[in-house]
Amino acid sequence: MSTTSAAAAAPLPTGRPLWRRLLGFNLLTAVILGVGGYYLGWWIGHLINGPSFEYESATDENDVALLLGYVFGVIGFLIGLGFANYPISRLMGRPASLREKESEGMGRYFGLCTDHKVVGIQYLVGIGLFFFVGGVNAMLIRAELLKPVPTLIGPNQYLSLVGMHGTMMMGVMTSGILGPFANYFVPLMIGARRMAFPRIEALTFWLLMAAGFILVSTIFFGGFPTGWTGYEPLNDEAVMGMDSYIVFFALVGISMALLGLNMMATIITMRAPGLTWSRLPIFVWSVFATAVLMVLAAPMLIATLSMAALDRTINTSFFMTGGGGSSYLFENLFWFFGHPEVYILALPGFGIILELIPVFTRKPLWGYRLAVSGMLGVSLLSFFVWQHHLFVSGINGDLRPFYMLSTEIISIPTGFIFLCFMGTLWKGRISFTVPMLFCVAWAFNFLIGGLSGVVLSDVPTDTGLHGSFFVMAHFHYTIMGGLIFSFFAAIYYWVPKMLGLRFNEKLAKWHFWLMFISFNSTFLPLFALGLEGMPRRVSTYEPSLQNLNDWVSISAFVLGFSMLIFLTNVVYSLIFVRQPAEANPWHSKSLEWQVPTPVPVNNFEQIPVIDHDPYDYGTPLQVEGSGRPATAGA
Amino acid sequence: MSSNPAAASGGPAGGDASEPNHTLRFGILWVVGTLIALPLAIWVIGPLIGPGSGSEQALGQSTDDTVLAALATPVLTLVVFYLIYASIFFRQERGGVLEGPAVRGHARVQTVWIVVTSLMVLAVAVFGTVRLEAGDGAGSGSGPNPLTVPKGPKLPIQVIAQQWMFTYRYPTYGGVETRELYLPDNENVEFHVTSLDVIHSFWAYKLGVKADANPGVDNIAFVKPTKLESFTVRCAELCGIWHGYMENAGKVVTPTEFTSWIHEQQTKYAPATKVLPKYSTTYLPEPQRRGE
Repeated sequence: MSTTSAAAAAPLPTGRPLWRRLLGFNLLTAVILGVGGYYLGWWIGHLINGPSFEYESATDENDVALLLGYVFGVIGFLIGLGFANYPISRLMGRPASLREKESEGMGRYFGLCTDHKVVGIQYLVGIGLFFFVGGVNAMLIRAELLKPVPTLIGPNQYLSLVGMHGTMMMGVMTSGILGPFANYFVPLMIGARRMAFPRIEALTFWLLMAAGFILVSTIFFGGFPTGWTGYEPLNDEAVMGMDSYIVFFALVGISMALLGLNMMATIITMRAPGLTWSRLPIFVWSVFATAVLMVLAAPMLIATLSMAALDRTINTSFFMTGGGGSSYLFENLFWFFGHPEVYILALPGFGIILELIPVFTRKPLWGYRLAVSGMLGVSLLSFFVWQHHLFVSGINGDLRPFYMLSTEIISIPTGFIFLCFMGTLWKGRISFTVPMLFCVAWAFNFLIGGLSGVVLSDVPTDTGLHGSFFVMAHFHYTIMGGLIFSFFAAIYYWVPKMLGLRFNEKLAKWHFWLMFISFNSTFLPLFALGLEGMPRRVSTYEPSLQNLNDWVSISAFVLGFSMLIFLTNVVYSLIFVRQPAEANPWHSKSLEWQVPTPVPVNNFEQIPVIDHDPYDYGTPLQVEGSGRPATAGA
Repeated sequence: MSSNPAAASGGPAGGDASEPNHTLRFGILWVVGTLIALPLAIWVIGPLIGPGSGSEQALGQSTDDTVLAALATPVLTLVVFYLIYASIFFRQERGGVLEGPAVRGHARVQTVWIVVTSLMVLAVAVFGTVRLEAGDGAGSGSGPNPLTVPKGPKLPIQVIAQQWMFTYRYPTYGGVETRELYLPDNENVEFHVTSLDVIHSFWAYKLGVKADANPGVDNIAFVKPTKLESFTVRCAELCGIWHGYMENAGKVVTPTEFTSWIHEQQTKYAPATKVLPKYSTTYLPEPQRRGE
């Protein structure tokens, strides 16, 4: 198979007129079939649930029609992309082929492609798009909170914004690191030519894109008032926009479970010879730990939302007190998914940070086994803490000491990660490149997030803080300060490899400093607002809190501006200047930097044989004067 | 792997004779920094955080906040000072290509870290549990069967949440219902929180009380106000579009003022109260508590 350039414009296939090339399985067909499927579902929904139900016809609310519309639309979209071709051709007895759409050039980025490197870049752009949408929502929320009374937007729109911001970030950004970076780099790091299930890999991406647009479409159906948690029975009484939330999150759940399964299978079965578990790059370990969580937690989400959808459409009353259900059931099921979910967000960040700092300190990763056990410990324990979200719910007061203990125990394995971080820095030769700056900022942010988490894990102090801005500040420190900072570290570190182009460093440093300062200036005061008793998700607050809120809003706009600097850098460096990056600008010893840029379609001419871990940095420590190596001491 | 010029030219890193004793220097920095930060955390930050001293529960929570802040301070200073110290002293020179020491771990440091963090975590958990059972957490919704019930007589009040308001029933005063919450000073109050529609949360921040209102559930919380003051009751669980407006004023008054106020309400609402039983069956559920 020829090794072709990813970015270079390949000659267009000749001999076929444009109209002929538009026919077939591509994005255009997918959109047409998706819209067609949506209207088909909408029509069927009205057929079976039309005039017979007085309520629906009186209010123009027809959840059955909308849910069917979404489901048929997604199926049509996937068929249009060509996802049905392989199973159908296998059913017809045609031989199996590994690669779907072996096309070249830019076109493959806009369709079903099973090359893990193409999928990685698709993910990066797609997730960036929805991250931008979620970010704009955040800006609007903060604009509304400039004044203590609603001025800009009504309370209904405000809640929809809050819900969309939260759901978009929690839903799409779950794949924020696994989507782009694990898909792209795990096969390279483990010496494989592809992922275990390339078609499933492509499916996870396109499902996520369909889901994102479905969530945005909620604005045509009245939005949803529940925030990202979607608590019952408010969920049940909400207008049709709620169905967008349900379908979005269910699709994200499917995408997540499949992504995790694919990663697990790849890491377990496709490692190069000699790449034992103890030589696995730490990033791959974090992906593995995350994948386990995804596979185990996401099905719970899909099941819960299916129940919610049934409650909304055919009144099954899983969650209705009057019908024998319970609002606690939803809370339990949701957080049984929801708490592992926040570690799905945090764990890949740990991996990125620990993967990057050896490169920039020129030292081996300190305490490799401790880091691995920290990640696996976090991932295991995260299934035993979910009721700390329900400390004041009255669900079962006697269980609270247990959940308090389990929640606090999870800070032990998290502490391992910090120890490994600090140990690697010790006597290192730190170069403060942009990715390294993001790594150090991560440590600070996640520390604040973690320490505030201990205050929230304590039942008596949680009484005052639950549901307040304090909680909001806490999880923004862990998710934005943890995930997003490591996400940007990964972008600045790996995009030169992915695209073969380098970023403008001056703009990148501006981006970092502005983002780090404005991030802290936005979210530190939120702790104070929470301690003043300001609840989450309100568009009105006490006039005495206005100064602090204005400060937060202005900082948030600066934070938004820092993202625009990043965007400018992307457009300037990657589209206009296009300065080629060095083959290995960071002098990394990791496997992914040893393959040529752009990476050949099959990654490796020859599968490498690994005989040590990728952290072969540093000189062996010598004791002054004598020639003998010292005991490994700090 | 790729040969690196640093290994040859840089010589054994850390072998420089002028290299200071980083362990000692950082240790001193940390201890001194913590000794400065700790009193700040306890006496400056501490009084600012927490719900204050509006009730026994609120005071207990404020104390807990301060204790946790004090416990967090050494951890905070450890990591923050370390990041600063490392950024200053463990730098690569500009354009340099030196390699760091190839140290892959340190068994004693790791063991000490694991033991110390485990002990700290267990201490926090034990502290939290003890304080919870001692009554600091009595203000949090503990379900229909709270494990620890304050001794002595208690004034029961049913808090009925609905979209988007709170109603308060005083069952011992003939089930009179009001839209304002008056509490007698220095007396134990027993809240029975429930909801008529979606999940709400009854939150009186100054009193250290928060209890979710679930439909069909009797969620009990206790409070003993100790300060004559007015406070705000808010909904702390997203409950629909007017969630942000779901608040009303409450007041802690002297017992005599409370008695005259409640009698006034009783006369005012007599026609309505007459048709309601002590705990009206309309407002499920009936309060039940173990041992009674």
